[in-house]
Amino acid sequence: MCTTCGCGQAEVVIDHGHGHDHGHHHGPLGGTHEAGVSATRIIEIEENILARNDAVAAHNRAHFTATGTLALNLVSSPGSGKTTLLARTATDLSDRMPVAVIEGDQQTSLDAERIRATGARAVQINTGKGCHLDADMVHRALHGLVLAPGATLFIENVGNLVCPAGFDLGEAAKVVILSVTEGEDKPIKYPDMFAAARLMLINKADLLPYVPFDVAQCIAYARQVNPQIGVLTVSALTGEGLEGWYRWIEALRAERAALAG
Amino acid sequence: MHEMALAEAVVRIVTDKARSAGAERIVRVRLEIGALAHVEPAALSFAFEAVTPGSPAAGAALEIDRAPGRARCDTCASTVEIDRLGEACPVCGGVGLRVLSGDELRVKDMEVG
Repeated sequence: MCTTCGCGQAEVVIDHGHGHDHGHHHGPLGGTHEAGVSATRIIEIEENILARNDAVAAHNRAHFTATGTLALNLVSSPGSGKTTLLARTATDLSDRMPVAVIEGDQQTSLDAERIRATGARAVQINTGKGCHLDADMVHRALHGLVLAPGATLFIENVGNLVCPAGFDLGEAAKVVILSVTEGEDKPIKYPDMFAAARLMLINKADLLPYVPFDVAQCIAYARQVNPQIGVLTVSALTGEGLEGWYRWIEALRAERAALAG
Repeated sequence: MHEMALAEAVVRIVTDKARSAGAERIVRVRLEIGALAHVEPAALSFAFEAVTPGSPAAGAALEIDRAPGRARCDTCASTVEIDRLGEACPVCGGVGLRVLSGDELRVKDMEVG
């Protein structure tokens, strides 16, 4: 086998899982064929694939600390009621603390407009084809958002229970929202997100009389994946349970202030 | 399909390293992906093949070493190996495993020519 370009017998049978009705080339990559002469070398790297994202996330986190901001990363499937919850939260908290929102969606600024209608500051990130927010998108959004001192910043991630789990945005905590019109087994079907979250909000509790959602089983599944996860059952529509959510936010703000102070 | 973003990050890392090492062509890239990392290796390999053309990593082979997931059981205090989250303890059957390691997502090394 030629050591320069890696061609040889091993190339004869390659199963890379697609048909060969199209003519493409498996040959050498422009290297010269020097049999027996090793022209390659190994370079050690040992670098986290997410190092760049994590560095920007650390920068965002430092900015949040400097401005006394509590940043929460809200994640869920599409349709869990995140935006309704946020609009209600922004309205209810407006006399207790400054609230700002970063909205992430593939397209449109409809969500940011809904939030702005409550009087809160909001910027929209459109990810295009992207399936998650990353730290750099949030960093750029922060340049367009003046944060009042001591604000709570809600970052509404792209509706997706998979991809956003892996990307640190610089937030203090991830909050996962699950609605009772979904399956109670989502925590064990999509464990990464529930493992990454500090709090699970079970939303649309007003619909519990009409759907077969088992709240206790859902909580047991979530704790199976993440024994420390906090759980609150709420309805963004009727306001049921929301005071507990606001107290949780206030406790986290106090915790952050103690850390900063 | 966040594997596409991860593949782009891998290409950025290896391209920078190859450039600073004066290497023109990357032959092979080796990653370490923990069993509990938020990644589907097959999807990552597919994405890598899709994003490398036009870069020094074009045509490079991607090798993925899997690191096992390790967790400690709240119930029986055993340290156990797991390959996914949300499973019961393989020793005592209890739930409440705390992950110790297995979420590695690293570029280990590469072979350049």
